[in-house]
Amino acid sequence: MTEPLLDVQDLQVSFATEDGLVRAVDGVSFTLERGEVLAIVGESGSGKSVTVMTLMGLTRSPNARFAGSARLHGGDLITASEQELERVRGREIAMIFQDPISSLNPVQRIGNQIAEQILAHEKVSKAEALDRAADLMGRVGIPRAQDRLRAYPHEFSGGMRQRVMIAMALSLSPGVLIADEPTTALDVTIQAQILKEIRQLSLESDSGVIFVTHDLGVVADIADRVLVMYAGQLVEQGTLDEIFYDPQHPYTWGLMGSVTRVDRDPPKRLPAIPGQPPSLLRVPAGCHFGPRCPHAFDRCHEVPPLEPRVPGSPDHLDRCWLDLADKRTRREVGGRIGLAQGDVIK
Amino acid sequence: MARFVVRRMASAILLLFAVSIVVFGIFEVIPSYNPARAIAGRNATPTTVAEVSHKFGFDKPVYVQYGKTMELIFTGQVIDYNDNLNVDSQFAQRFPVTVSLVVPAALLWLVASIVLGSISAVRVGGFADRGIMVAAILGVSIPVFLLAAVLLYLFAFKLPWFPNTGYVPLPDNPAQWAYHLFLPWISIAILSIGFYSRVLRSNLLDMVNEDFVRTARAKGLTQRQVFRRHVLRNSMMPIVTMFGLDFAVLLGGAALVTETVFNLPGIGQYEAQAIGNLDVPPILVGAMFTAFFVVLFSALNDIVYALLDPRVRLTG
Repeated sequence: MTEPLLDVQDLQVSFATEDGLVRAVDGVSFTLERGEVLAIVGESGSGKSVTVMTLMGLTRSPNARFAGSARLHGGDLITASEQELERVRGREIAMIFQDPISSLNPVQRIGNQIAEQILAHEKVSKAEALDRAADLMGRVGIPRAQDRLRAYPHEFSGGMRQRVMIAMALSLSPGVLIADEPTTALDVTIQAQILKEIRQLSLESDSGVIFVTHDLGVVADIADRVLVMYAGQLVEQGTLDEIFYDPQHPYTWGLMGSVTRVDRDPPKRLPAIPGQPPSLLRVPAGCHFGPRCPHAFDRCHEVPPLEPRVPGSPDHLDRCWLDLADKRTRREVGGRIGLAQGDVIK
Repeated sequence: MARFVVRRMASAILLLFAVSIVVFGIFEVIPSYNPARAIAGRNATPTTVAEVSHKFGFDKPVYVQYGKTMELIFTGQVIDYNDNLNVDSQFAQRFPVTVSLVVPAALLWLVASIVLGSISAVRVGGFADRGIMVAAILGVSIPVFLLAAVLLYLFAFKLPWFPNTGYVPLPDNPAQWAYHLFLPWISIAILSIGFYSRVLRSNLLDMVNEDFVRTARAKGLTQRQVFRRHVLRNSMMPIVTMFGLDFAVLLGGAALVTETVFNLPGIGQYEAQAIGNLDVPPILVGAMFTAFFVVLFSALNDIVYALLDPRVRLTG
């Protein structure tokens, strides 16, 4: 079996604060192949952003503690030195961020910002780097790219800026592209275009994409596989079909259930998941989702390991003690998949 | 751009007149102010005082006096009451001295502040950072007259490393010029270094958390490249603004304490004497002189800002 492009094993990231140790990422493992799109879904504070930023080495600070590994091309990103990371960032693994307005240097011309990345890794002349920048801008759909090289970020619209970020990220055809909620700050119509660009360009350069989002619609649009995160842990993992049509974890049911569907009557009340995510300072003992789960029972005091529990689907993993038949019954709420509200007869 | 310049010039002229009126007005309301008596001398009789008063026009209405004084200023004929010197030519003579004092000191403090502020921010929380910040607070807190006097005492008197006081013009002897001005430069610089390095450090620390700095790191730039091209460059704006204003008032003579302590015949020294003697003409000219530089540098500041930050457009 060939080695995966990116192999993350039991990644743990904690931050030492005055109030205690914040366990932002608590044992996350996954792989990424070339050409596939992996979506990481979860609420704010689930640890999804910290996970991907750690892959880029952007969470390193005096109070950060790391464990586990993330192997890319044979090297471990977690224990790599700053110099090694500087070589890898932008070249082997690149990232686009959530807010394109603040993610670009406001006083530097767009062409220079794209060229800067190329020049940091390849020995080419500035003129050639700028030419390539114009070419990249054209490929992401920015018209009159040659003229726009000298423009400043504030002269572009949000969608254009995000395209610039994409052009920049893919300028050196990295193996891994990480997109951290790239469309959250954009209009829905632009969102569709941006997703298309990301999909297309990553296919062209055969990159693997890690797409972090809280929007299930986006996930359904472009993901091949999905990771569901909750309170720093991976609670479910599988292919797009497996997650959408056969979800195994109550939290996933809650996520599915909270999406309002066009093909059904609107519910009287939006089915939100009751309660709040736990503070990462004091993570509940046992299953992290237990306190909010209407299906919790005594076994849930024991942390469920992330394991395949569906016969015939060895890559569909989840952390729920309920047995398969039980899951398939309990997740049917009001004729669709969802999380039961209120007390449930066990 | 042309509109900008015209509007700035117009407001400059208005400001100069406003300043002159305010200064003139202040002296009208000071109770102990009696220039006629000061000119006539201590033992003058009331008659003499009255004659002097009439001769100088002090018995005329305020606005007439004002008009006359302004006329004299702009025709280069105004005389100071104390020494009977032509104020305008005094200013012209003394200006190079002040420039010699202020310009190198300003460059010194600017460079030093950037270096120290950067070191502090990059090694935030460390020994260097704390050391620099403590030194900065000391620098800001020490009164200039104390600092100047202490420097003079220690390094010109106790340890005869530097000349006692006095000024040597640059064309005469560059080495001596610098030698005499060294301690005065330090006096002025220490105060400003303290202030500027703290401000820069604060800006740098804020800038490091900005999203675009994160993007720069994600591109694979080295820490040095990220710092120089993204963090530092974007943190300089407030420094530029502050510098423009500080430099302007210094050119106008704000370094008067330093000039007095080190006996440098600059504008500040002249203004200080005039204030001590309640001598209106030099004070008036000095105030307008300073106001002129403030307006000039304020306009230059706006231009530089517009050049550095493409989001800014020049408006009136």
